Formats: sequence, structure tokens, C-alpha cells
Amino acid sequence: MSIPSDLKYTRSHEWVKAEADGTVTVGITDHAQELLGDMVFIELPKVGDSFSQKQECAVAESVKAAADVYAPISGEVIEANSALADSPEKINQDAFGSWLFKLKPSNPAELDGLLDAAGYQEVLDSEDH
Amino acid sequence: MLKKTPLNETHRQMNAKMVDFGGWDMPLHYGSQLEEHHKIRQDAGMFDVSHMLPVDIKGDGTRGFLRTLVANNVDKITIPGKALYTCMLTPQGGIIDDLIVYFLTESWFRIVVNAGTADKDVAWILKQRDTLAPGLEITPRRDMAMIAVQGPSARAKVWQVIPGSQAVTEDLKIFQSTTLNHFFIARTGYTGEDGFEIILPAEEAPAFWKSLHAAGVAPAGLGARDTLRLEAGMNLYGQDMDESTSPLESGLSWTVDLKSDRDFIGKQALLDSNPTQQLAGLILLDRGVLRSHQKVVGQVNGQAFEGEITSGGFSPTINQSIALARIAAGVSPDDEVQVLVRDKQLRAKVVKYPFVRNGKVLV
Repeated sequence: MSIPSDLKYTRSHEWVKAEADGTVTVGITDHAQELLGDMVFIELPKVGDSFSQKQECAVAESVKAAADVYAPISGEVIEANSALADSPEKINQDAFGSWLFKLKPSNPAELDGLLDAAGYQEVLDSEDH
Repeated sequence: MLKKTPLNETHRQMNAKMVDFGGWDMPLHYGSQLEEHHKIRQDAGMFDVSHMLPVDIKGDGTRGFLRTLVANNVDKITIPGKALYTCMLTPQGGIIDDLIVYFLTESWFRIVVNAGTADKDVAWILKQRDTLAPGLEITPRRDMAMIAVQGPSARAKVWQVIPGSQAVTEDLKIFQSTTLNHFFIARTGYTGEDGFEIILPAEEAPAFWKSLHAAGVAPAGLGARDTLRLEAGMNLYGQDMDESTSPLESGLSWTVDLKSDRDFIGKQALLDSNPTQQLAGLILLDRGVLRSHQKVVGQVNGQAFEGEITSGGFSPTINQSIALARIAAGVSPDDEVQVLVRDKQLRAKVVKYPFVRNGKVLV
């Protein structure tokens, strides 16, 4: 699966989309869903909760394991994708199209420190070794 | 270096996701664990269980030896081919392993033991043999492969693939077996569905596996095997029981014969024990997923207790999380307990297991 070039990434396998209004949309990558296997439960953050960068803010549970999802940048949760609660398998079907939550960044400069598609590809390549 | 079954190459050809399972390189799934699970509940699937070990015990006095070696009573199996599920215990009553004994003839019984405990089991059996029945021949059969074909249409698929097998296996009841040419065919399994477990020469396994696949039997990995056995309420050695737990606190009292005069290893310890714990089924009422080692808390007769989940997971058939947990003996079905999941206390209901049998939800 190719890595979309219009998104930013973290080493912990979150993807981040910078929206035109200054907010960001966050999900987990296709690689992450492949590692985890069939998804069965997503624990989402509450709207209004604030997280600092790299803080645990959601949990993706598959048949195999529970994986923490980390805030890719600091900010306040302005929306959570509650539709995923009833159909977590959507993440397996379309990881880059299935967002978990949206953040209002408290320090937008942190966005610049995230990986681009090529940088994330390097992370994946190095994990293969 | 991981150990490989005779089907290792075949799994790789079928794009299996392989994992290290107790030192064995085994398939976890072939794409989707959930699909494999449903396929077995609804139709037919197959597992490579060649990492498990058949051990043949031969010679005069085999039955007498097994009478002492295992906790269930082999005198219950008198028809050739009949199988018996049992624990093998330490003198202290702890579980060395759980296994199936097949009675073939008075001078030939076959047992099948778990992969992770195989070396320990064989060493223990040889040691007991040397003192109890030195004349017996104990032969681990690593020359064999084992394939479990499970699901409501599993038997019919096997009949398609092995010529002549329908005639000799159609009348087999649950926990009976027969031999046909190179195939040892038993109506047993670890899924709560109908089906066969088939032992055959290692070199014939890849061709047989491919024929079953061509007949519509889906390959399934250890992931689906675990969710199926958990729904079926079947214990997993090393998780739900081990040498520190007795069958009486592992939901296996029904496999222990304490009534007859027969003495067996561990019997006195069990008679002297007063189990304060039980293995109970849990079904999660809140949203989330139960996992092994999560703490269970609750009250019984006004007393707080603490227990632990021994096997937990998401039940694909029930679409809720279920678990086996070791908790206070006084807790009863329909009681509510709390499970500590990360920073939350989730509510779970105690239920009588199995959770699922023959495709039907029972809880």
C-alpha cells in the first residue's frame, strides 16, 4: 500500500492531516492496522480533552492486542469519530480514510517536526530489518 | 532457530503471517483471523497442529501404567479407538499437561500432548515408566503431522478428499477414532465444532493439506484457534492452568476420577486439598476487550476478592468480549464483577461456559 504524500506521520504510526482551518485530523496508518490485525474495539478520547505531544490519547484493540495511540502534536480534541465504535473493521479496510479524532493544535509549529511520506517510508524500511 | 512443522513451506506459499509460538514457526492467520473464525463456525477450516506431539505407548501393561500416570480413568475407554481427555499431574496435584489418550489395543495406547510441554512430558513419562512399568516402549512420533479439520461441513470435506473414509468414519461418535491406511482419524477438536483431527505421515501432509484446500477447507491460524477454543470454553495449557494449579480449580473436576479405588499420581494431594478458587466464564457488559492477566475484583458473601483473567479476548461469534478468569470459588453465574482495564473498571457478568457450541451462542 502506498503512503499518501499529503499526510504527515509519526514514528508510532499515526497519520496526521493538516486541514485548511488550522485543525488536524488523526488516524493510524495502514502499516499499523496490518501489524495489529482485525480491529475489534476503539477507545476514543473525549471532546474537550487536551493532550500534549506523544501522550496516550486513544486505544486501538485488535483480536491480537491493545495498542496505544499517541497525540501526534499537542492540542484539544474537537471531534471524535464515534462511527468507528460500531465498525472498527473500517480501519482494516481503509486506514488512511478512517480518522479517529480531530485536534485543535496548541502549538502548530510541532506539525513541522512530523515525518513526511518519504520519512515515514524510511521508518518502515528500517523496521523490516 | 525456530522449529518447523512439515507444512511450514505450504503455509508460506499460502501467505500466512508466521509467528514464534513457543519456539515453533506457526501461522497466526492467512489474511483475516475473524474470517477464519467465522468460516469454521459456519462451514469448514483447518489447522496445522503438527507442533503437538503424538506419543505411542506399547507393551503389556500399558493400561495399568496409564491408570497411574493420568488423573482421568483409562478404564472408561474400552472400545478400540475411543479417546479420553485427561490431565497428567505432579504428586502435588499440579497440572503437568492436559492431553488426549486413545485406546487402540491392550498393548498400544496413543497420547497427544501439547507442543510447549512435549519435552517435559516425555521426560516425565519415561521417568514414571522406568519405575512403574520398565517393559513399556514409549515412542514420540515426530515423524507424524497432525491436521485438525473443523466446522459443520468438515467431515463431509474429509470424506471427499480421503477415498473410502466416509464408510469407516461416518459412524464414529464424538471422541472416537479409527485408522485408514496411513490416516489416523479422530472425531475430536479444539473449537466446539464437529470435525476430525487427523494424524498422518509427515511427508504426506502438504499434499493432503492442498487437497483439503481444493475441496473448500479454509486454512486457519493460531489466532482463530484461540478465539474458537475460548468460545468453546476449552482451557489452554500455560494460560488457564499450569503446574501451580490443580484441575479442581481449573474447571476440570469432571476429568478427575476421585471415586474409584484406583490410585494415580496427584490423587492424595487432590483429596487433601480444599480449592478456594475456580475457573469462571466472564462476559463483558461494558465496551472494551478483556485480556489475560487483567485483574478481576468483586464481592462474595460480603467479602472482597481479587482474581485474574487467564484467557480473554473478543468473541467474534457473540460480538462481545469474553474471558476465563480464576476467581473465588463462591462466585456464582449471573454475579457481577469488575475488571480493571487500563484506568477503568469495566463490568462483567459471570457465566457458565462454554460460551458457544456447534455454532450456537449459549450465554
